[in-house]
Amino acid sequence: MNFNFKHEWIETNIGLMSVLTMLAISVGGLVEIAPLFFIDETIEKVEGVRPYTPLEQRGRDIYQREGCYACHSQMIRPFRDEKLRYGHYSLAAESQYDHPFQWGSKRTGPDLARVGGKYSNEWHVQHMVAPRSMVPESVMPNYPWLLSTPLDISDITNRLKALRKVGVPYSLSQAEYDANVTKFGETVAGQLHIPDAQKNLIEQANFGNYDGDRTGISEMDALVAYLQVLGTMVDFSKYTDDAFVEFR
Amino acid sequence: MAVTTYSGAEQYNFDIVKKFAIMSLVWAVIGMFVGVYIASELAWPFLNFDSPYFSFGRFRPVHTTTVIFGFGGSALFATSYYVVQRTCQTRLISDGMASFTFWGWMAIIVLADISYVLGHTQSREYAEMEWPIDILIEVVWVTYLILFVGTIMRRKQPHIYVANWFYLAFILATALLHTFNNLAMPIDLFSMKSYSLFSGTQDAMVQWWYGHNAVGFFLTAAFLGMMYYFVPKQAGRPIYSYRLSIVHFWALSFMYMWVGAHHLHWTALPDWTSSLAAAFSILLLMPSWGGMINGIMTLSGAWDKLRTDPVMRFMIVALSFYGMSTFEGPMMSLKEVNALSHYTDWTVGHVHSGALGWVAMITFGSLYHMMPKLWDTKIYSNKLVEAHFWLATIGIVLYIVAMWISGITQGLMWRSFDEFGNLQYSFVESVVAMMPFYAMRAIGGMFFLTGTVLMTVNMFMTIRQGKRESAALDARLAAKMAHA
Repeated sequence: MNFNFKHEWIETNIGLMSVLTMLAISVGGLVEIAPLFFIDETIEKVEGVRPYTPLEQRGRDIYQREGCYACHSQMIRPFRDEKLRYGHYSLAAESQYDHPFQWGSKRTGPDLARVGGKYSNEWHVQHMVAPRSMVPESVMPNYPWLLSTPLDISDITNRLKALRKVGVPYSLSQAEYDANVTKFGETVAGQLHIPDAQKNLIEQANFGNYDGDRTGISEMDALVAYLQVLGTMVDFSKYTDDAFVEFR
Repeated sequence: MAVTTYSGAEQYNFDIVKKFAIMSLVWAVIGMFVGVYIASELAWPFLNFDSPYFSFGRFRPVHTTTVIFGFGGSALFATSYYVVQRTCQTRLISDGMASFTFWGWMAIIVLADISYVLGHTQSREYAEMEWPIDILIEVVWVTYLILFVGTIMRRKQPHIYVANWFYLAFILATALLHTFNNLAMPIDLFSMKSYSLFSGTQDAMVQWWYGHNAVGFFLTAAFLGMMYYFVPKQAGRPIYSYRLSIVHFWALSFMYMWVGAHHLHWTALPDWTSSLAAAFSILLLMPSWGGMINGIMTLSGAWDKLRTDPVMRFMIVALSFYGMSTFEGPMMSLKEVNALSHYTDWTVGHVHSGALGWVAMITFGSLYHMMPKLWDTKIYSNKLVEAHFWLATIGIVLYIVAMWISGITQGLMWRSFDEFGNLQYSFVESVVAMMPFYAMRAIGGMFFLTGTVLMTVNMFMTIRQGKRESAALDARLAAKMAHA
């Protein structure tokens, strides 16, 4: 067979050039991304990870809105110093319900993947309003408006419904609710039931009183509720040190 | 009928090129000013002023969007429309479509910037625009593709010039990346808020596949297109190697799309993905340097121009920075190096050596070449070009050196242990150590911004001069006609 290739064919034919370029740029993404949806080991099998409660999810929305990810990562790497500073390295399973992910790319401030439970609610509120009153050397902006702005809860069902459409197991029907009871237990399943979302949100905010002010639900309530759950869902004392190695 | 002084006004649509070129400078000044401002916020946090609108987190995407898509994007529209018309010797197929891409693109930048300060963001780096703006981008981009390819189809030359290959790859890749990275579910048709279709690991992978190729195609391939037209033009010499341009075009287009996962080393992304990305990142050094060599060697035999032509100097320094940052990149994608550099200012420095050193410098050089031609005149002041060159170069060096030192310092402080095996430094001690370098970075940015302002003034005066000259010429011709 005499096949005498000439690049001239391509550079005199815009159709051929477009098709070949499209092929060249499509391969990498196909090979690296598509399998992540099908390979089972991509997400570790681990107990405890659940979708966020309505209040936590609203806190997450605010975290995203304020661009916290620009300075704080939520992804602990498997290094000795990071284990000492932040705790067990982050699992893929821990962000499986995160739409979008908030792993971040920069640590102008510390990693927050396991900040939940490390500080009191009062500390967080004070630190958010005036960071330098708690950490004099901090360069974080003040966020006083979070305390003074009432949380918008009017669209919480729409938000959870949208998340449900992209695959988060919030329940609408009785059957979905029952499935959640089996998967997460009754308490969590109740929190994930969309028809009760607003009621659940108000109850959690009033009970938790995250911002220390019982007169209303502020954006601070939601944000602190979110921060306090970060990294706390998996009980690592239940697993051996190398339990997750096979998933890497 | 106006008397025609030749400016190609009939043959080519230069009106659209002029508009984009001017707006490119306007966005450069705005975007770089915001950059200096947020850099200063890190050094002097009182500048956040307790305001939601100007706090660092909301303001940062205003900087990135305005410089990448406002300044860079407008420069790419301007030069691609110029280059495709000149090299195909034909007019853009539709003035209406061209005009639509201009107003559409301007609307996108304005809407994006306003929406960020109001708190609407997808939190996907370099793709923060929420879904309604994403749809507008999609429409404008498809129009751009049709216009560009349509114009090439009407070319008067059988061959498609190499600069157009790169522009084509950039337009196609951007369309692909933008589409998949922005798949999201709005919470309501009347709400800006949406949730990404993907979650966690997969979402991170899609985002950095996009994120790195925004660099690879928007900020590299497209600007290589610019380089392939304006460097030979300014040097008055043909491209060094035709064969090299073929090899490095296909290699670059193929390999870039594999490397995004090096942004996710040591994360919960599976190892096989990030290792694959690291391998391709190393390979990518070769096509990257292919482009650099092809550009720099085009000057062989005309090296004296470096001494006499400040515009040429912009281009050669741009190519040098391109070579440097495409060496630094593969190095940072090695897992061992990345373990230190990731999450630190080193990454920020690396981005800026590419963005300021390569992208901005090649754009300045190309605009200095193109804008006087568009208005049929000479550059108003070569002294100002000279001053701009030095301000920009000093600014970049200050910036990069500051970020190298602070990045490596951060990385080392975070991982250092005392003799008892405890962490030696608390996190905030590393923050304190950054302060002098954050100040130095802001000053470097100010140098660069000052240079850009000088250029804008220079180009404004050039345009005025061009208009005055053509008015004078018209008047003389009219007087002659009246006498005849």
